[in-house]
Amino acid sequence: MRSSPHSKTFAHGVHPPECKDDTSALPIRQFPFAPVQVVPLLQHLGKPAIAEVAEGQEVVRGQRIARPDGFMSVAMHAPVSGVVQRIGLAPAISGRMEPAIFVRPFPGSTQEPAQGRPVDARTATPEQIIAAVQEAGIVGLGGASFPTHVKLKLPDGKRGDTLLINGAECEPYLTADHRVMLEHAADVMAGIPFLLKATGTERAIVCIESNKQDAAAVMRAAIPPGQPVSVEVLPVKYPQGAEKMLITAILGREVPSGGLPIDVGTLCVNVATCAEIGQLLPRGAGIHERVLTVGGPGIRKKGNYRVPIGTPLRFLLESVGYEPDLTRVFLGGPMMGQAVSSLDIPVTKGTTGVIGFTARETGNVAEQREHPCIRCGYCLEACPIFLNPSMLGLLARNEQHQRMADDFHLMDCFECGSCTFVCPAHIPLVQHFRISKRAVRRAKAAGK
Amino acid sequence: MSSFDKTLEIRSSPHILSGNSVSHIMLHVVLALLPVAAFACYAFGLTALLSLCGATLACVGTEHLLCRLNHKPTTVGDWSAAITGLLYGLTLPPGLPLWMIAIGGVIAIVLGKAVFGGLGQNPFNPALVGRAVLQAAFPVSMTTWPVAMAEGRFSGLPNSLLTLPFMTPRYDGVTAATPLSAWKFDHQLASTSDLALGFTGGSLGETCALLILLGGLYLAVRRMLNWRIPVAVLATVAAFTAILHWSDPARYAGPQFHLFSGGLMLGAWFMATDMVGSPMTHLGCAIYGVVIGVLTVLIRVWGGMPEGVMYAILLGNALVPLIDNLLQPRVYGTARKKKGVAA
Ligand code: SF4
Ligand code: SF4
Repeated sequence: MRSSPHSKTFAHGVHPPECKDDTSALPIRQFPFAPVQVVPLLQHLGKPAIAEVAEGQEVVRGQRIARPDGFMSVAMHAPVSGVVQRIGLAPAISGRMEPAIFVRPFPGSTQEPAQGRPVDARTATPEQIIAAVQEAGIVGLGGASFPTHVKLKLPDGKRGDTLLINGAECEPYLTADHRVMLEHAADVMAGIPFLLKATGTERAIVCIESNKQDAAAVMRAAIPPGQPVSVEVLPVKYPQGAEKMLITAILGREVPSGGLPIDVGTLCVNVATCAEIGQLLPRGAGIHERVLTVGGPGIRKKGNYRVPIGTPLRFLLESVGYEPDLTRVFLGGPMMGQAVSSLDIPVTKGTTGVIGFTARETGNVAEQREHPCIRCGYCLEACPIFLNPSMLGLLARNEQHQRMADDFHLMDCFECGSCTFVCPAHIPLVQHFRISKRAVRRAKAAGK
Repeated sequence: MSSFDKTLEIRSSPHILSGNSVSHIMLHVVLALLPVAAFACYAFGLTALLSLCGATLACVGTEHLLCRLNHKPTTVGDWSAAITGLLYGLTLPPGLPLWMIAIGGVIAIVLGKAVFGGLGQNPFNPALVGRAVLQAAFPVSMTTWPVAMAEGRFSGLPNSLLTLPFMTPRYDGVTAATPLSAWKFDHQLASTSDLALGFTGGSLGETCALLILLGGLYLAVRRMLNWRIPVAVLATVAAFTAILHWSDPARYAGPQFHLFSGGLMLGAWFMATDMVGSPMTHLGCAIYGVVIGVLTVLIRVWGGMPEGVMYAILLGNALVPLIDNLLQPRVYGTARKKKGVAA
C-alpha cells in the first residue's frame, strides 16, 4: 500500500530527528482519574466559558458544566463523575492564574459518560452542526485550540471547495494523531461528513506524512464507498502540519499574508478533532478527554494515553514516572511546545503531548555559546514563509520592532522555530521574534 | 514535591537544535583545506610548511591578543581565524620572508576583520585583505615565484624566507614566471595536466586544482559552502574565455588554461564562498559568482596584472549588501512581483 513516490510538499522547512519510535507502536491506553480534576474555563482562543455548576454539586462524566459565552467560546464538560469541589483559580500555561472548576471523582461511580441529543450528519443543517460542535466543546486538538465551530462558520461571501484533514503530525516525539488514525479510523470517517456538510466543501483529503504509511493504509481502507475522501502521503518535513504549509503542499495554493485558509477555498481540521466530532456528535456528547503522547527521555512509562481533560501534570508525571534528572517539561512537541513553569497546570483540550527532557538534552542546548551571525543563510533556507530571520534577528537586537513588522513581515512569522533550530551561531531567533511581535501588538493597541 | 517544581526550567521553544555550530562548520573548512596545504608542502618543501604555519599563527595569535585586549573571551575556538590564516598563507608566494608573512597576517585580522566588529561583520574576506595589503606594500616580493618541485626543497630553506625584518629578500633559488604571467607577458602556454596536478609555479595553494576541487566538493556536499558560488564563478570564466579564445585563439588562452591556472580554483571554492562575505539567497549567490567570474577574466585579460581573482572577490564582497537588499526573498502569501523591502 505504498503511495506512488511524488514530491508534494512545501518549500523550505527542516528535518529534526523524528524520535517517534518509542511510542508510535504503543496502543492508546485510558489514563486514570486524578484525585482532583481541574477544568479551566478558558482552554481555547476566545472568551472563557461561564460555569453553570455550583460548589458541592454532583456532576456526571461528560455533563456540561460551563456554557459558552458568546460565539467565540465553547462549552466545557465534566471529565469525571464526581462532585464540584470548588470554583477557583488554577495556574495556566500562559503563566497566569485562570478560573477553573475543580471536580473530585466519586470512587464508586461507573463513570458511564452522559449522552445528549444525537446529531445526524445526513439530516442536520449546517447551522445545527455548527451549534452542536460548539456545544460539544470542540476546539482544534492539534494544539492551536481555536474553536472549531468558528472555523466551520465561513465568513459571508466565502466558499470552500476542499477540506484538509491534518494528520501530518510533524513535531518530533508526538504520536497521538498517528494512533488515533490507526485505532479510530471509523471515527475520523464519521467526522468528515459533518465537516463537509457544515462548510459546504466538496471533498476531503486526509494528509499524512510518509513516516506513517500504516496509518495511511488504514485510513484508505476505512473510506466508506462513495465518499469524496482521499488520502495523500507527504514526505516528512517540519512544519508540514502548519495549516499554510499543508495547504501549499497538497493543493499548491498560497494563503495570502494576514489571510485565512478559506481565502483560498480551503479548511484544515486536525485529524484528532475530526475523530472527536465523529465520535461525540452522533451521541450528543461533549469532549471530556483527549489522546496525547507522554514521552521524551525524561519519562519512564512513555505512551499514548486517553487523558481526562483537567488532569494536573503532577499527577500525570507521577503516574508514568520520570527520571530523577528531569529538568524540563513542555506541552506539545519540542519545536513549538511550551515549557511549563508549574506542575499544577492541567492537561487541556489543546495539549497534544507532555514531553519530558532531562539535563542531557537541555544541557546540550544550553551549553551552546551564541556567536555573531555568520550570514550562512541556513535560516533563510529553513523559514517556510520565506522571511529573512538573520535580518530580523539583527533588527530585534536593536529593538527595531516596528521596522521588523513594516519592512520584513515580522507578523507573518508563525513561530515554528525552524530558524532557531538550524542557526549554527545559536542565536535565539524565534525567541527574539516572539518578544518583537508582542511589542508590535502592544504598540498597535496603545495607538488605537 | 515543590523541590521538583523548582528544578524545572522555563525556556521557550524550540527545545531542540540541529547540533550544527559555527566552530563545526569552520573546523570542516580547515579540514578541507588540509590536503591543499599538504600538497603545497610537498611541492615547495619546508618553505611552504614554515610559511603556512607562520601565516596561521600570525592570524590566530592576533585574534587571541585582540580578544584579550578587549577583555572578552577568546574567539580562537571558533576556528575562523585559523581559516583566515591558512587561506592567507596559501595565497602567498613560496619563499616570502617570514616577517612579511607575519605583518600580512596581523593586517588580515585587524584590518580585515576586527575593525568591522569581528566575525560576521567583516564585509571582505580577511585573508584577501591581508594579501592585498602585502601586494601593495611589497610588489616585488609578492610576484617572485620560486619553481615548484625544486631539488633539495626538503633539506634546506631559501635565504629569502629568513630575511631579517624590513630587509629586502634575496632570492637564490630558481625563480620562474607563473603560468598566468608567462602567458600574459611572454605568450607561453602551460599544459593543462601540469596545471591541474600542481606541477607549475605559483602561490602555495594555487597549484593543485584537483585537491582544491576535492575539498570544495566535500564542503558542498555537507552544505558548508553554497555550490552555486564556485559553479557560477567557474562557468562564467569558462564561458567568457571560451568566447574570447574562439574569436582569436592566438591572443586569448582557452578556458581550460584559465580554469586551472592561478588562484581561480582556490578563490572560487574557498574564498568567494566565505559565508560572511557572500549573499544569503541562492539566486544572490549565483549572481555574485557570475560577477566574480566576469571581473576575474576582465582583470586577467585586459588588466595590468596577470592574476585578478583576488580583486574580483574583494569587489564581489563589496557588492553583497546591494545584492542581498535587492533579492529579499518573496514572503509566503504576498504578491509575486514585489521588489526590495517596500511595505
Ligand atoms: S522566522 Fe518565524 S516562520 Fe520563519 S522559520 Fe523562524 S519561526 Fe518559523
Ligand atoms: S542561521 Fe544564524 S548564523 Fe546563519 S544567517 Fe541565519 S541568523 Fe545568521
